[in-house]
Amino acid sequence: MGTNSNTLVKLKNAGYQQNDKWLVKGVSLEVEKGKIVTLIGPNGSGKSTTAKIALGIYKKFDGEVEKYTNKIGYVPQKVSIDWTLPLRVRDFMVLTEDLKEDAIDEALSLTGVVHLKHKNLGNLSGGEFQRVLLARAISKKPELLVLDEPVQGVDFTGEIALYELIKKISEELNCGILLISHDLHTVMSATDHVVCLNGHVCCSGSPSDVAKNNEYKALFGEQAAQTLSIYEHKHDHVHSHEGEIKKN
Amino acid sequence: MFDDFFIRALVAGIGVAFVTGPLGCFVVWRRLSYFGDTLAHSALLGVTMAYSFEFNIAISVFIISSVIALILIQLQRKTNLPGDALLGLLAHSSLAVGLVVIGFLTFIRFDIMGLLFGDILAVNVNDLIIIWIGGALILLVLKLIWKPLFASTVNYELAEAEGLNPDRAKAIFTILMAAIIAISIKMVGLLLITGMLIIPAAMARNISDNPQKMVLFSIIGGLLSVIIGLFSSLEFNTASGPSIITASLVLFILSLLKIKQSIQLKN
Repeated sequence: MGTNSNTLVKLKNAGYQQNDKWLVKGVSLEVEKGKIVTLIGPNGSGKSTTAKIALGIYKKFDGEVEKYTNKIGYVPQKVSIDWTLPLRVRDFMVLTEDLKEDAIDEALSLTGVVHLKHKNLGNLSGGEFQRVLLARAISKKPELLVLDEPVQGVDFTGEIALYELIKKISEELNCGILLISHDLHTVMSATDHVVCLNGHVCCSGSPSDVAKNNEYKALFGEQAAQTLSIYEHKHDHVHSHEGEIKKN
Repeated sequence: MFDDFFIRALVAGIGVAFVTGPLGCFVVWRRLSYFGDTLAHSALLGVTMAYSFEFNIAISVFIISSVIALILIQLQRKTNLPGDALLGLLAHSSLAVGLVVIGFLTFIRFDIMGLLFGDILAVNVNDLIIIWIGGALILLVLKLIWKPLFASTVNYELAEAEGLNPDRAKAIFTILMAAIIAISIKMVGLLLITGMLIIPAAMARNISDNPQKMVLFSIIGGLLSVIIGLFSSLEFNTASGPSIITASLVLFILSLLKIKQSIQLKN
């Protein structure tokens, strides 16, 4: 992984500990322009933590982070808006950057929620809110998009459409995407590089690399095998609080 | 024109309301009402310092409140006590120390009631200058940090990830809080300043559907409270602070009618 001019963010042996417990350790990855890197792994495996290290939200981390862009769009895993703060979709769209009205409309149209522009954020359904979050992140035409489970709560057809949109955005804007997802079926075909986490990097590579040596490949065809092989990929060890690895 | 004490009080109160309106919204949004109380209670110590060293009250209060805010931030880092316990510790100990110091300053006649609840007779032309210039500065700085402060109020991680530096905005906002307490202490009194911040903003929340509107209504609510409160203070010979806060409470209760209406409309 040599750094080149296309690199947007690069983690070298990065880790983060909270209350003397390692949330994630030894992660190296690189997001380049126009490329999609997907983080997969079970709950608590450090996917969101890795994203937050890359974004600079966590400041006291281990290892090195090199960031070559400030134009970042972020979809956090969880956003809750307090009742005391009256906020319409439109107000939320211009939260971190001033946008022209047609730029707001364009982004909201792309994720299919332009009709909600003047609605209060508190009145949206989970899926509608995710679409607004994604629209906000892409509206500023970022160089790096960090999407932490961007389609949670979105209906199935919408899910596929949104992943297609994410792929399209990465091509059109030539932006790099760091994607965290559970929905392997839909994301794998679009992903350039997969990093499988379980407190550390279990394996990484192209989807087919990760799927290599899998007997399902012949049976289900290349694409399904990629998906399935990752589903079948078992975590054979757990992590103690000190970060040691114990075999099951 | 400023010869009349009542006109002076009115001009001072209006100046204060323009600033407490937007700051109060952030106090409500960021759940800082107890923090505001702590700074206000520590203001008594600032007042005693001002008397002891024959210093301007507003500046002295501003310095002491800022110091208390810094101590709070340090304590939050270095102890495991929960935030509300630390706030209570600082609020009551600084109030107590302030009162003890007053006990020693026997050579000065203190109007304790005026300090605690505000005294419109005490507002002089110097105070007017401090309120209007200080207030304008506070609003200017708030406008400059609005984007990072507001974005991090909605979601800290979003603001941080997208490069807005929310920590700096928060630190500056803390200083603005100390400043508004310093310039409004004579009008409202140190026990009631937080009410002036919170109640008009809470009223505004009930009748607003976006943040800009809430700030606007919060300012209007504060202005009405000051005007109604001061006129009734004159009429009924009541302390200015309680009169202003009571007026804002009435406005808040009226705003509840509107919220009831919109709930009924929804059903």
